[in-house]
Amino acid sequence: MGEPGTKEILSLDELEAAGSLRTGRKHVLSILVENKPGVLTRITGLFARRGFNIDTLAVGPTDDEAVSRITLTLDGALHPIDQVTKQLHKLVNVLKIRDLEPEEALARELALFKVSADGSGRSEVMQICEIFRAKIVDVNKRSVVVEVTGTHDKIEAFEGLVRPFGLIEMARTGEIAIARGRTET
Amino acid sequence: MRAVDALMECLKAEGVEVVFGLPGGANLPTYDAFYDAGIRHILVRHEAGGGHAAEGYAKATGKVGVSLGTSGPGATNLVTPICDAMMDSVPVVFLTGQVRTELLGTDGFQEADTIGITMPIVKHSFLIQHPLEIPRSIHEAFHIARSGRPGPVVVDIPQDLSRADIPYEPVTDVHLPGYQPTTDGNRKQIRLAAKALANARRPVLYTGGGVIASGAAEDLTELATYGRLPVTCTVMALGAFPASHEQWLGMLGMHGTRTANYAMDEADLIVAIGARFDDRITGKLSEFAPRAKFIHIDIDPAEISKNVPAHIPIVGDAHNILPRLTAEYRALSPDPKRLDEWWARIRGWQQRYPLSYQDTTDSEIKPQYMIRALYEATGGDAIVTSDVGQHQMWAAQYYDFPKPRRWINSGGLGTMGFGLPAAMGAKVGCPDQTVVCIAGDGSVQMNMQELATCSQEGIAIKVFIMNNGYLGMVRQWQELFWDKRYSQVDMGQWPDFVKLAEAYGATGMRLSDKKGLVEGMKEALATEGPVLVDVPVTREENTYPMIPAGQAARDMVG
Repeated sequence: MGEPGTKEILSLDELEAAGSLRTGRKHVLSILVENKPGVLTRITGLFARRGFNIDTLAVGPTDDEAVSRITLTLDGALHPIDQVTKQLHKLVNVLKIRDLEPEEALARELALFKVSADGSGRSEVMQICEIFRAKIVDVNKRSVVVEVTGTHDKIEAFEGLVRPFGLIEMARTGEIAIARGRTET
Repeated sequence: MRAVDALMECLKAEGVEVVFGLPGGANLPTYDAFYDAGIRHILVRHEAGGGHAAEGYAKATGKVGVSLGTSGPGATNLVTPICDAMMDSVPVVFLTGQVRTELLGTDGFQEADTIGITMPIVKHSFLIQHPLEIPRSIHEAFHIARSGRPGPVVVDIPQDLSRADIPYEPVTDVHLPGYQPTTDGNRKQIRLAAKALANARRPVLYTGGGVIASGAAEDLTELATYGRLPVTCTVMALGAFPASHEQWLGMLGMHGTRTANYAMDEADLIVAIGARFDDRITGKLSEFAPRAKFIHIDIDPAEISKNVPAHIPIVGDAHNILPRLTAEYRALSPDPKRLDEWWARIRGWQQRYPLSYQDTTDSEIKPQYMIRALYEATGGDAIVTSDVGQHQMWAAQYYDFPKPRRWINSGGLGTMGFGLPAAMGAKVGCPDQTVVCIAGDGSVQMNMQELATCSQEGIAIKVFIMNNGYLGMVRQWQELFWDKRYSQVDMGQWPDFVKLAEAYGATGMRLSDKKGLVEGMKEALATEGPVLVDVPVTREENTYPMIPAGQAARDMVG
């Protein structure tokens, strides 16, 4: 770009519009907010009235007690992510938003599975647990409760493997995420 | 010091001259503090009237308006003005009383979840949870309301907390880490915009309410005049560019001029300044300005590329950006002759499609004639508020606004009943100016009660009711799109507005003869105190031209 006064030709045809493009992939937004009552309502309310659909949501403290971290995932095929983040930024209690790129972020989910495990199935379930480095945290005659952490995909895979044994109940947290390396968010 | 007395100190520190409100149980402590605080309080008859008055005050003066209501119904009555202020970016602080903290969540008497109810329609809100929070929250509320893209802020104060004793120290700094509006436009983007503009052959400046909010009207005129650029305004921006200017195309959008809409349709470059591509502007989005590239200047980044993707976005304050854009543009010394063809095309439209109507030959008053008569009677020099409907559009079309903050209407939310209380607020803010309200006979009845407030306080607004005995805009749509099946739009001839005005202690007049209409209006304007003038007009007149909802500029009718 030239200095003022230069008369470079800028053909209007060269201009391209950016924004409001749907990326088509999953996005993990890491949002730092002031730890105040009602902040989560403001965020979920914003999503509801703008027609944005949250896939998963996790809220927890950070190293600073005045600040909470909200990690939420949403589908970039359905939403213009730039519009979502811009609207979030307008909330006074929102301090920082980071759209975590998959390759630069570590994301984990925690899940608890209660699986039928009587008789012959039990040892097979335990083998699967070992492969997934899952922990058995409760056992009785009929079932085991297994704790698994890992990526969303790993937990999906685990679920697929134990389901045939009889999945009695399942609880999952939704992903939390953090950027790799030395950055702060 | 009681927290409410600290609240008064905060209001004074913010330069508050006047508040509009109505007391109740939950804000009794606040009203006790008003008793000797030395801040003018105007007792309204309905909280909605107070809220709109605060909006009118803010729009006329550019200062932050303040509106008060009690808990429960007081607060819910404020919902419409809060939403209105949100849609039109009006800086108003709403102070609501709340039940005592021990009653919160118990469905106590006059309890409503004010923060919850208003959450989607505020720029921000505060629920006070400790009396010590009050001073800082008040200052933060004013800061948020007036800065960046202005808007409404609600502060909800439980009754017991407002009575508590607190040590009061003036708050001099407001620091909100999550709220840092960008005001400085990006230098590179501004330079790029100047280049694009210098190379455009069919440019249009499409300006919105943001130009007025940022105080950039003169900057706009300078850019337009230097660049010989055509200008159109949204209904929110009328007055941002003088209507008498030869580069003025008129308002754009659903009831805009053909020239403005056709120019948008054929433009190769549209510079949107403080405007948000509302559906009343774009019509059918896929056919909106199909040949144009867009420069979008707005202080709210979320507006950029929300409805129409921008090619050159510039986030910031128009008052900061426009002078720099003009300078960059000048530096390129673009050839003004490149616009000759474009101006010839525009002049052609202007000649072929001026705003026009079929006038009567007898004494009957056409609504358009009424607006021109009022323009003449006021010498074009008045603050004009309006309600919502046909009269609003005719006022926007036929009253030529010379400068900003002269036209005050409810554009985004389209709130009937806005005009009269807004005029009241504008008059309080600008006591030396003539303030008239152009009202509809339907709309005016929605906040008629504030005429009593005007009489009591000596607020000399002049209300001109364009009386066609219909909910006129709805009737027009039923005529055009619903096979003339006039369902629930006939208001008949009630009430008798002259008698009603007198009952409220105002002067009532009726002007029903075209001859002498201007003189009669002048008489009304010269009459002391509030005046309500009933002007019966042609009953079934339509507002034209018109882009039917969801259609394109090329589909204009009438």
